[in-house]
Amino acid sequence: MNILILREAELIVSGILKVWYRNALVFRKNIRVNLIPPFIEPLLYLGAIGYGIGTYITDVEGLPYVRFIAPAILAASVMNASFFECSYGSYVRMYYQKTFDAILATPVTLREVILGEIVWGATRGVISAISISIILLILGVADPIGTILTIPLSFLAGILFSSIAACFTAISPSIDTISYPATLFIAPMFVFSGTFFPLNILPEFIQILALVFLPLTHVVSISRALMTGIPDPLLLLNISWIVAGMIIFSYIAVRLFEKRLIV
Amino acid sequence: MNIMTDHIIEADGLIKRYGELIAVDNIRFSVRRGELFGFLGPNGAGKTTTMKMVQCVSPKSEGKLSIFGLDPDKYGKEIRRRIGVVPQETNLDPDLSVIDNLTVYARFFDIPPREAISRAQEILEFFELELKKDTIIEKLSGGMKRRLLLARALINQPELLILDEPSIGLDPQARHHIWEKLIKLRTEGHTILLTTHYLDEAARLCDRLVIMDHGHILVEGTPDSLVKEYIGMDIVETDTDPYIIKYLEDSGIKYESGGDTLQIRTEKPREIADGIISRFNRVRVITRPASLEDVFLMLTGRRMRE
Repeated sequence: MNILILREAELIVSGILKVWYRNALVFRKNIRVNLIPPFIEPLLYLGAIGYGIGTYITDVEGLPYVRFIAPAILAASVMNASFFECSYGSYVRMYYQKTFDAILATPVTLREVILGEIVWGATRGVISAISISIILLILGVADPIGTILTIPLSFLAGILFSSIAACFTAISPSIDTISYPATLFIAPMFVFSGTFFPLNILPEFIQILALVFLPLTHVVSISRALMTGIPDPLLLLNISWIVAGMIIFSYIAVRLFEKRLIV
Repeated sequence: MNIMTDHIIEADGLIKRYGELIAVDNIRFSVRRGELFGFLGPNGAGKTTTMKMVQCVSPKSEGKLSIFGLDPDKYGKEIRRRIGVVPQETNLDPDLSVIDNLTVYARFFDIPPREAISRAQEILEFFELELKKDTIIEKLSGGMKRRLLLARALINQPELLILDEPSIGLDPQARHHIWEKLIKLRTEGHTILLTTHYLDEAARLCDRLVIMDHGHILVEGTPDSLVKEYIGMDIVETDTDPYIIKYLEDSGIKYESGGDTLQIRTEKPREIADGIISRFNRVRVITRPASLEDVFLMLTGRRMRE
């Protein structure tokens, strides 16, 4: 490989890490506030839906209901943490705090700022995944080794959802319009991605739509396989969608931000 | 080659368009090493746009621009490494302390953490902020925030410091404090580029300046030479009064009317003032040397800007 390309890649990574570090430091300063939601939210879902509604439900795909939804709750929390960090969080940094402007006056480039934001969003996803894993393991509703393997998965999924969020942020005319993707895309995805019921009870064409347009489906599928030990027949498709999505949406996000901010 | 090293910035035929709008229209200027150079003009004159092109955050539409002898289109990263920028609006990290703001920023310039801390301490002392080192930004006054912005811009020991309206919105004490620091920085040999729409600021600080309006540079020179060249005389001011106007017209004295004040540009201010005072009772007459403000108003017109 060309040495110049390697050097260039090294510089980009170094720029991304600086932006990541800045966000991590701010996160650490407010750690008490920041760490409460990742613990509380999944507990609410597990309690109300898993243990509450779950008592009326017989086994789903051979699993007790609470075990069936535990991996989905983890996947959905990763999605929420990453998506909201790179939508509302990034918008505040870009527009209200002018953090992007401050960084762009240094040798760091806009591309590095956006990729740094996306990697940071993924980190928020990982933080969520770790907090939930602890709860799930304490409650004994997930397989320990499989649960540890969801951590690297949550990083990839985090990049995916952060980059999707970044695309919307880049074209959002105001902070209010971010509620469109949040309610029209993220909220339906939360319930129709095989999270609370298996996809195969839906008509076939809806199943296909979910597999094509709802990336959470793929994340839920893999995390369920990991945490229950039941093999995932669509593993290859699931992984391909996530990896391709990460790359494509990150690229689009960078281009959209360049169009918006480099004028 | 000599020209390259003497001039930190050189712009010729520089144009910036936003769609149909021409924000900067064919300007030419150069800034020498060690000088404090000002861009003076009303809102919307194109000053900030020009600064953004020099900072390599906004690409030029046409023309030539070189900073440190480098082309911003190709060497943006390298140029930004050698520049310090004080923006018009504060963009400090509100959740972080004063010292963290400086050390986080230092990282963006690849300054090692230990070095960053020692530089930050030194800069905070210079700006008399060392006691506020651990204060969260939200708790600082406007003047302190502006001083910290200036402090942050120095963390990479820049060869060129760019300030966009450095004293806007500050109370008189805070303004004087900023001015004092800027003058000190200039004496230490920093090259400083600033924009302002305060005439007293430009007159007091700038070695050389340009006056900009509607994207054009109207004039360039030192504050004194501009006053001499464009006004060249003293000013007598008196009330707008039909009898005084009649007297001035009868005596063939040229005047300008701006609201309730009449202005007479003259080489003999005493004679004219005496003439008015001896003829009219209880009238306000002021004689004063011409200022940059007179040049500015003469060139940009007295119209209000929106």
